[in-house]
Amino acid sequence: MAEVSLHGVTKRFGAEVALSDVTLTVPDGAFVVLLGPTGAGKTTLLRIVSGLERPDAGEVRIGGQDVATLTPAQRNVAMVFQQYSLYPHLTVRENLAFPLKSPLLRTPTAEITRKVAEVAAMLQIAHKLDNKATALSGGEMQRVSIGRALVRRPTVYLMDEPLSSLDAKLRADLRVELKDIQAKSGATFLYVTHDQVEAMTMATHVGVLDHGRLVQFGTPREIYENPVSLYAASRLGQPRINLLPAGLFQCAPPQAATIGLRPEQIVQGEGEDSLVTRVEHLGDQTRLHLSFKNHDLISVTDAHTPLTPGDIVQIRPQRPFWFDATGARIA
Amino acid sequence: MAQIVIRNLRKDFGAFNAVKSSTFTVEDGEFFMLLGPSGCGKTTTLRMIAGLELPTSGEIFIDGEEVSQRPASKRDIAFVFQMFALYPHMNVRRNISYPLVSQGMPRAQVQAKVAEVAGILGIESILDKPVGGLSGGDRQRVALGRAIVRDPKCFLMDEPLGALDAEFREHMSEELRALHDRMRATTVYVTHDQLEAMQMGDKIVVMNHGVVEQFGVPQQIYDWPATLFVATFIGSPPMNFLRFEGTVGRGTTEVALGEARFAMPALEEGAHGPLVLGVRPEHVALDDAAPYRGRVLATEYLGTTQIVTLDTSHGQIKARVRSDAPVRLGEATGLALDARTLSLFDAASGRALRSAANAEVLAHG
Repeated sequence: MAEVSLHGVTKRFGAEVALSDVTLTVPDGAFVVLLGPTGAGKTTLLRIVSGLERPDAGEVRIGGQDVATLTPAQRNVAMVFQQYSLYPHLTVRENLAFPLKSPLLRTPTAEITRKVAEVAAMLQIAHKLDNKATALSGGEMQRVSIGRALVRRPTVYLMDEPLSSLDAKLRADLRVELKDIQAKSGATFLYVTHDQVEAMTMATHVGVLDHGRLVQFGTPREIYENPVSLYAASRLGQPRINLLPAGLFQCAPPQAATIGLRPEQIVQGEGEDSLVTRVEHLGDQTRLHLSFKNHDLISVTDAHTPLTPGDIVQIRPQRPFWFDATGARIA
Repeated sequence: MAQIVIRNLRKDFGAFNAVKSSTFTVEDGEFFMLLGPSGCGKTTTLRMIAGLELPTSGEIFIDGEEVSQRPASKRDIAFVFQMFALYPHMNVRRNISYPLVSQGMPRAQVQAKVAEVAGILGIESILDKPVGGLSGGDRQRVALGRAIVRDPKCFLMDEPLGALDAEFREHMSEELRALHDRMRATTVYVTHDQLEAMQMGDKIVVMNHGVVEQFGVPQQIYDWPATLFVATFIGSPPMNFLRFEGTVGRGTTEVALGEARFAMPALEEGAHGPLVLGVRPEHVALDDAAPYRGRVLATEYLGTTQIVTLDTSHGQIKARVRSDAPVRLGEATGLALDARTLSLFDAASGRALRSAANAEVLAHG
């Protein structure tokens, strides 16, 4: 596998700037997840690495080599799209074997059989190997298209929301599998998602994109515990971070416009009164919806809390994040 | 608004049995979740309540009236599909008023009703806009408005948020639930997402292979699953299972897995042979003094907490611990299980054995 690096990459579509001066290194063997809402530039970045788009400025290197003049095939990347694309006239087995039968690879038949069986078992589609690709459910087709990438040994796996069309259980299984494949094989992954659980659990590094700019790059823990901005802080955390006017609290530093409170930054039982408006029992934890000085916030408490709507709970911030009027972190 | 009673409901499609024999009750004003994996019969059940499918046998009572063989139009319910089904050539106001106009309601009354619904949904400002240019959220609000405006006896929703991305789904689910808290309309909601079911539902029915596995309040189902299936399907990560051979009887308060002994709530029935001890990840504590040993295989950071996967003599266990707890890969540690929370299952039938802790929950549903 290989290191992938981008230097000063910019891409415009007409007047719209999709990527703006992005510099980023995906270390060899890393699992990098790009996070951001729709339109942040995640998919464009993947397509530039794969060679499906050309940057207007900047440089892309794979394994140290400038790939500007290489075609997607010559870059030897494996891409999985959000929308599966299979050969409809072939069976699942033939679809999975197809990349290995490329004249460039010359894989021996026994090796193809072994590889296809291994990947099919991992993706829980072994019982469907002889089905036509069209005789599958949406989730099964998506697993086959992931499988078609995994049978190969490319320079880097590029994945664009590959799990978003699958149901929750399968998503959880495949999260663990993909992470495991990456850890065991030392493969390099560049992975795009909306789903913060995927980012938190699979990534060695997370890149946060905001309107085409890379605003923070670090481990999931760094981004969660030490976000550089209000925007980065809002990308991770379930329930999402509470953002309130800084003036609600006496302890606000000067210049602070907004206070950011994750559930673990709210101490219960001391401080000022808040009203419980809703109690959500999620099993392992319970979410408290609170009204504090006419602002809504969500905290987390014991699964079997006796609190019910209408109760009063005292709360106090503990080591909160403070942001200025532009959203930059100041403390 | 209405109470819905389902009794021994069955549906066959040719030789395929989609729903076996469902029995449950949706109380007036409840937000009720039909939860299960694809193919479990939840959508078929919803469609039978709606009148889009007729049951093979069994009864459906809406407000005491048996309606199982009645066509959909005679049931006075509102079905909300994936929410984007709007009339594209009409503006928001005409989309919402359409069901009333087609019933022949006088114009003044229609105007008043549409204004009221727009107020509930907070969409007064877009009433005269064409639906084409609306954001996804607004389109959904309009689709909901069209269902609400008729004042139906109940709302039936089939994975209404399934097509949305994660961030927006969370936002809309909060909005839907808040809307329900204001209107208190009986709602039956189909989903395969257990978190969505726990988060939004007053009650949950868990289905698998056409069978109702359990029915009750979310937290009780989570704490005291009736079957191995429910224990796996609800909770992420799911309940841990420690498999062992043994004999237990009425009054048993301790089980032995090899050398290790675990205290548990007193059993009220017996079983022997292959048994399964079930423990939720947050009830496993890493405790060096505990005799049951495990080796750390992996950790998954989740912000507030982390999930630690450990290898033990009776299989892998996942523990949910605070994310600031120091855990090193490869390290050996003791595992303490919270005795008050343990469930014991008969492996052959998959059923939970009744104990002092779960008897009350298992008795209803």
